[in-house]
Amino acid sequence: MAEIQSYTMNFGPQHPAAHGVLRLVLEIEGETIQKADPHVGLLHRGTEKLAETKPFNQSIGYMDRLDYVSMMCNEHGYVMAIEKLLGIEVPERAQYIRVMFDEVTRILNHLMWLGAHGLDIGAMTMFLYCFREREDLMDLYEAVSGTRMHATYYRPGGVYRDLPDSMPKYQESKFRNKKELDRMNSVREGTMLDFIEDFTNRFPACVDEYETLLTDNRIWKQRTVNIAVVSPERAMQLGFSGPMLRGSGVAWDLRKKQPYDVYDRMDFDIPIGVNGDCYDRYLVRVEEMRQSNRIIKQCVDWLRDNPGPVIAEDHKITPPTRVEMKDDMESLIHHFKLFTEGYCVPEGEAYAAVEHPKGEFGVYIVSDGANKPYRVKIRAPGFAHLSAMSEMVEGHMLADVVAVIGTQDIVFGEVDR
Amino acid sequence: MTDRYETLAARIDARFGEQVSRIASSCRELTYEVDKDDLIAVATALRNEADFGFEMLMDVCGVDYLNYGDDEWTTNSATGTGFSRGVQRESVILDEADEFDGNRFAVVYHLLSIQNNVRMRLRVFTGTGNPPIVKSVVDIWNGANWFEREAFDLYGILFEGHPDLRRILTDYGFIGHPFRKDFPIMGNVEVSYDDEQGRVVYKPVSIEPRTLVPRVIRDDNRYSADLKDATDG
Repeated sequence: MAEIQSYTMNFGPQHPAAHGVLRLVLEIEGETIQKADPHVGLLHRGTEKLAETKPFNQSIGYMDRLDYVSMMCNEHGYVMAIEKLLGIEVPERAQYIRVMFDEVTRILNHLMWLGAHGLDIGAMTMFLYCFREREDLMDLYEAVSGTRMHATYYRPGGVYRDLPDSMPKYQESKFRNKKELDRMNSVREGTMLDFIEDFTNRFPACVDEYETLLTDNRIWKQRTVNIAVVSPERAMQLGFSGPMLRGSGVAWDLRKKQPYDVYDRMDFDIPIGVNGDCYDRYLVRVEEMRQSNRIIKQCVDWLRDNPGPVIAEDHKITPPTRVEMKDDMESLIHHFKLFTEGYCVPEGEAYAAVEHPKGEFGVYIVSDGANKPYRVKIRAPGFAHLSAMSEMVEGHMLADVVAVIGTQDIVFGEVDR
Repeated sequence: MTDRYETLAARIDARFGEQVSRIASSCRELTYEVDKDDLIAVATALRNEADFGFEMLMDVCGVDYLNYGDDEWTTNSATGTGFSRGVQRESVILDEADEFDGNRFAVVYHLLSIQNNVRMRLRVFTGTGNPPIVKSVVDIWNGANWFEREAFDLYGILFEGHPDLRRILTDYGFIGHPFRKDFPIMGNVEVSYDDEQGRVVYKPVSIEPRTLVPRVIRDDNRYSADLKDATDG
């Protein structure tokens, strides 16, 4: 009888642990992976090409749909590239709002990651815990932009509108009694900033809870310690960024090294790993959530004391207010031109990078002076990470593939674009 | 521009001389154009020499300069016909040409130096050959692998020396290179399920192209160099 030495196995594209539509073709000997060939592109929508056919502002909404668990950070990269080309200043208050929402988004992303990663490798409870806190942050998105995910909140020159004075409240329902309803609404009585502050006070205890469940958990450590070790040299060679790079011990964070908006005024630390394995990357991300919480707190304090405009007043680029538009012919013309034709961006090229929860999210825009970008290139961190998949899983067991997909924090919206 | 960038620019000019030429940037970025024959030598030096230390390649992307600077709607004079959606389109010509314009396809590399905390951009034009070919930088920066596959898939640029140049983002069996400017935005084929044959079939697209907002380029003296100098100085 012939002995089967190695065989090829298909994983995905519809597999709950594939985090979307990843198809992996695995070459396996016994249960040991020899080579992994990820097939991506099943979610390719041609975002970059679509952006070439639309005025600049109309593509902001597409950016949300790239990495659909860290929406506002994507928008941030895109509007920063446009601002760079236009050379406009963003009001200070808008910069603080952006930084605050970037960090809210980072927590959103890391909670999603922690929940899903836990679920993949055998920690069911995490998912429920994480989504409990995620709900509050989604409510922030809703309060500020009207939608829970695809916000389209950042605009070139600032943000769409100022923070609201009230939080939406839960409605009466036959599924919850009066006492429960009052408890849920008790933190929503004040302004939005009050609600965020309350969240930042609650959140460190929640992170402690997650850590109690995982950090010293024997099963968790068996599944993550010494899995997919990446040396710092390899991490740089492979184009890693964000927690994947820091997990390998490279202290590199754009918020510190190339600060944008008001990150240079924030007091926070950058956690780095030592061994470069899945466990270290887990620790880095958990600590990042605590640090994000600190940043949010500082932003809330500043925003309380400093009212002001939240979008630049250059009406060649930003729309006038509704009141101005109704009163003033000039403003009406500006409004009409902006929403039909858009604005022309001077000829040139710009690359803007933000420290996205997953790594460096870069947007490269080439403009030829028209009202539409000539070329938009989105540098998605997940794309570079996934390309290292084969190297990371080589020699590990089949079950570890799932741990590696989890630790890379892959979202196909951005990988496939 | 900060001193750090000027220092770097001076070093690059001194080290590479004629091999590179600097492109002016309005937004404090360092862009160099490299001849495609010099790419590997320049890239290797940028990575390995301590003066530069660009140990990371963040991004590789293709650019198609076919319609660069063309607008769809002439706006020099007032018009009685108003806002027209009827943008004139030329029929799509597939790339059967033997030669391209030398400045049509470019590959743009974004480099990052962690040790010196600087970024720079390299641009390489692929020349007149069809298909466009440049040398692969996978051996210098291993992370370039998928980025080059993407540029090949979307623009049809071949990377000489790439270990595994396959399509990456488009469908299995896809024909054409969708990000080229002469590839229509709605594609060439559509798929639907055919009841009689009991399978998914490909057909030529049935939808018509439509421009909601025409592409316009307006003269804006706010951005003109003379005016800027006048206000700054």
